[in-house]
Amino acid sequence: MNCLRNNIALLLIALSMVFVPFSAIAAEAEDGKIDVQEIVMGHTGDSHEWHITTWGGHHISIPLPVIFIANDGSWHCFSSSRFHEAKGGVYNGFYIPSEGENSGKICETVNGQETKVKLDISLTKNVLQLWIIVVLMLLIFIGCARWYRNKKADSDAPKGFVGFIEMFVMMVNDDIIKACIGEKHYRRYAPYLLTAFFFIFLSNLIGLVPIFPGGANLTGNLAVTLVLALFTFFAINLFGNREYWLDIFWPKVPVWLKCPVPMMPIIELFGIFTKPFALMVRLFANIFAGHAIVLSLTCVIFITCQLGAAIGAGLSTVSVVMMIFMDCLELLVAFIQAYVFTMLSAVFIGLAHQEEHEEKAALS
Amino acid sequence: MPSFLTPEPGLLLWMLVAFLVVFILLAKYGFPIITGMVEKRKQFIDESLASAREANEKLANIKAECHTLLQEAQARQSQILKEATLTSNQIVAESKEKAQEEAARIIQDARRQIQAETERAQRDIRAQVADLSIQIAGKILAREMQNDEEQNRWIDQVLSQIPNS
Repeated sequence: MNCLRNNIALLLIALSMVFVPFSAIAAEAEDGKIDVQEIVMGHTGDSHEWHITTWGGHHISIPLPVIFIANDGSWHCFSSSRFHEAKGGVYNGFYIPSEGENSGKICETVNGQETKVKLDISLTKNVLQLWIIVVLMLLIFIGCARWYRNKKADSDAPKGFVGFIEMFVMMVNDDIIKACIGEKHYRRYAPYLLTAFFFIFLSNLIGLVPIFPGGANLTGNLAVTLVLALFTFFAINLFGNREYWLDIFWPKVPVWLKCPVPMMPIIELFGIFTKPFALMVRLFANIFAGHAIVLSLTCVIFITCQLGAAIGAGLSTVSVVMMIFMDCLELLVAFIQAYVFTMLSAVFIGLAHQEEHEEKAALS
Repeated sequence: MPSFLTPEPGLLLWMLVAFLVVFILLAKYGFPIITGMVEKRKQFIDESLASAREANEKLANIKAECHTLLQEAQARQSQILKEATLTSNQIVAESKEKAQEEAARIIQDARRQIQAETERAQRDIRAQVADLSIQIAGKILAREMQNDEEQNRWIDQVLSQIPNS
């Protein structure tokens, strides 16, 4: 217990220390003015380089590989640092505009007009973060699974990290997946839902770390949550039973609601798509908003400092306290959103296997 | 529309690939192994508990059996003892009776023998007495029978002496 308390204290200290470089990131204002919107959007969005800090007018960032298909169909692959080295930021006719509609995206000039390249599959900050999480997950879970080699049912339960992961996995497996889908069908979906849970949880947590191996706003990106929701959509609908489809096309409602004008079937059909859509938006909005609030609170420090020392010191203190509070809240949200996404996915999958539940209830 | 509301096709593609990779790998080598092992362990614990309970039950049964067996043995023992005393008493009584009978029989035999002996002795004595008396009588007679007169008188005398039988 004491050890746990120490660990929590250490975690909080690490968390607050990690905010010091975060503040440095925010000090981007070049002409003394701070553009809060740009800072927030810049840090919650994607970029072709991993920005670490700006020191004395110099951008310190990790260059990332840029891979894209240009509008003429040719493939290009080079380091994003080329844009900085090239004169005027234009390399081979490609450039990244800093403002306007295409800000942050690789563009070229076609017929005198600024046009986005055909397909940009660069290893951006989010993509790199994605692969870091993939590697981390593989290390953690395959590492833990390897611990079980040469172990029999009567060997001792694992201790330490493997024990913790086992407990965590079984918590998700038993309390979310088995409880929501039901004893009979949960096995088929457990690997997907476990992967989704830990992917979201890990992304959320790593997103809270503001320096290099973390900090990308991955689960606060619509593309990521879209793919997750798509997987859930297929998991629900590919294995839905007869009862599930009957419930959609011929629900148990008064006949006039479905016969001449198929009102209920249309609503139900719409529901098929709104369920994963809600999952997608919920996760995206929660994490995006969390990042935006923390970033805005960081900006408060710099805005108020321009107003004067006294006001600046007072409001900065409030802001730091709020930031620490928000970060603790975000830790909670990181877990809750992973939990909610997994639980709702499991509930929807469970609904696609409803018949058996009712039969079982009738039998017991 | 703000840029953060339009999903980037590049990231979409990468996410699809990355998630598929992690999902396939973990679905094959990760989670099922962990959950399977935990389930196996749970099953093992359940089985162990069940067998422990069974063993306990068996032990209790054996104890009860032992108890009843002991009681039965004690009951049998007392019964046997009782029977044994009964039989011994009976035997003693029987042997006493037999002994008495035997004694009675022996006594009777002895008595009968004694009687027979006595009778035989009496007969012997009688025969001897008869012999003697005949001899004596013969001798007396041989001497006396020298005159007729005296003979007749004697015969009369003897005849009168013999009681009427």
